[in-house]
Amino acid sequence: MSITKEQIEHIAQLARLGISDEEKEKYAAELSRILDYFKKLEQVDTKDVLPIKQVVGINNVTREDESSAFENREKIVSNAPATEGKFIKVKSIL
Amino acid sequence: MNLQQLTITEAHNKIKNKEITATELTQSALDEIEKSNPKINSFITVTKDLALNQAKAIDEKIQTGEEVGILAGIPVALKDNILVKDLKCTAGSKILENYTSPYDATVVERLKQAGAIIVGKTNLDEFAMGSSGENSAYGPTKNPLDHTRVPGGSSSGSTAAVAANQCIFALGSDTGGSIREPASFCGVVGLKPTYGRVSRYGLIALASSLDQIGPLTKTVEDARIIFEAIKGKDKFDSTTADDSQAAPTEKADNLRGIKIGIPREYLNEETKGLESEVKDSVSQAIEKLKSLGAEILQINLPHTEYVLPVYYLIMAAEASANLARFDGIKYGLSEGNSLLDVYLKSRDRGLGAEPKRRIMLGAYALSSGYYDAYYLKAKKVQALIKNDFDQAFKSVDALVTPVAPTTAFKLGEKSEDPLTMYLSDIFTLPVNLAGLPAISIPSCPVKEGVLPVGLQIISNQFREDLLFKIAGIYENLKL
Repeated sequence: MSITKEQIEHIAQLARLGISDEEKEKYAAELSRILDYFKKLEQVDTKDVLPIKQVVGINNVTREDESSAFENREKIVSNAPATEGKFIKVKSIL
Repeated sequence: MNLQQLTITEAHNKIKNKEITATELTQSALDEIEKSNPKINSFITVTKDLALNQAKAIDEKIQTGEEVGILAGIPVALKDNILVKDLKCTAGSKILENYTSPYDATVVERLKQAGAIIVGKTNLDEFAMGSSGENSAYGPTKNPLDHTRVPGGSSSGSTAAVAANQCIFALGSDTGGSIREPASFCGVVGLKPTYGRVSRYGLIALASSLDQIGPLTKTVEDARIIFEAIKGKDKFDSTTADDSQAAPTEKADNLRGIKIGIPREYLNEETKGLESEVKDSVSQAIEKLKSLGAEILQINLPHTEYVLPVYYLIMAAEASANLARFDGIKYGLSEGNSLLDVYLKSRDRGLGAEPKRRIMLGAYALSSGYYDAYYLKAKKVQALIKNDFDQAFKSVDALVTPVAPTTAFKLGEKSEDPLTMYLSDIFTLPVNLAGLPAISIPSCPVKEGVLPVGLQIISNQFREDLLFKIAGIYENLKL
């Protein structure tokens, strides 16, 4: 099976990766080879098999809906590339 | 003598008896790091001030006669995907080059409470994606036993630091073998706990259903001590289990009554790429286990040949989701003019080839039209793989296997073809898929000029006690 350059372009767009043309060709070839090897999964009969939900059987962990303030708010915001006052500044979305 | 060669218990006794101070022990680690880090590149950040301050506090406690625990004053190195408050955390990537963590991972909090001394953050394959230590944006780490060879990955720096006696123990993380494989290549002990026994809060996630933090140490007993200190349910990580009922490690000097299973599919003639040194070493180890009284049985793991695709599809799918947060908005490298531009440029410039490869593989496997054939199929076959182990544990207590098909390979030897690199994990991957605990121990004491071979022991979920028992008794043989 061959992953085409166009398919890589589509996936890269979905994953928000601004890769170059050369990289698109390289990854198309690599992913094709990898997915070819993975084709053998089709051989396995999984007709009545349920997918694994949680491997050690942990289920529905709940807690009281109580919030508490994180005491180091400034340190979180200080990591942002752009801030304005106590807010993280982003490019316009509209 | 390099004080970092001591075990935790030996170092603790010397500190308690006032033969050495925590400061002396810490300074010896820092000195060794300064000396050998330029050669092996195991550390990304060395935390000299933090370490000496922590050591001073421990020494003051001891002066005033206060009781200190077994980890007090013991130098530890932490893989640079485990968050430490106010320290840089890079995940081995350019995209987090300037990120400072605002909080401690739960395991770090527990180690700090126990008085352990943090000497630095260690090198790793970028975002824990790799099996050699060559995928770091901060240069490859070298195997301390042979600088032309890889230490293994992705916990490359942590493992090299312990093997090079730059510290007494380290923490790594294991998603598909990233603690066990480097332990095998460097001749140290590495433990991957049962999924859910150690909190992942503060671990930069690769694959949330597979990741576990674990110790890298010189001895099995040291691994047990660290495991006890960091394990347990954590309210900040809902995927942690209540393991308070788990069996404690039994003291014994032989393995009579223990049944050990050898998977037929792992050591036969057709096993791809299995080096003869590894096969011989593991076969000899099995004989030694027999001589200790264990009953050896052959068991089958029929879905072995599907482990690689199942692992990579699930791991890549989860990784693509977990790495979506590195987008140039809240932290990390940020470039670009419009919003879309910021996403595309920041991720293109900041992420290395292997993360990009896996993100795209994961996105593809989850995308509309392919989800059923790839991701869902992989989740179903995962159930069959886990069932193989469930069946095996009906007749044996533990499994023994090689850790890796080869000994430490040369730098650059496998980095041309991603698939070749992926194949080096075939013995470690299924353990994560089934949520099982496993330990890697040197199959024989490390000798000058001989590359180490790791022996993997796997037990059922929550049965780390059996791992410590079997590995501990084997280690005492010293043959």
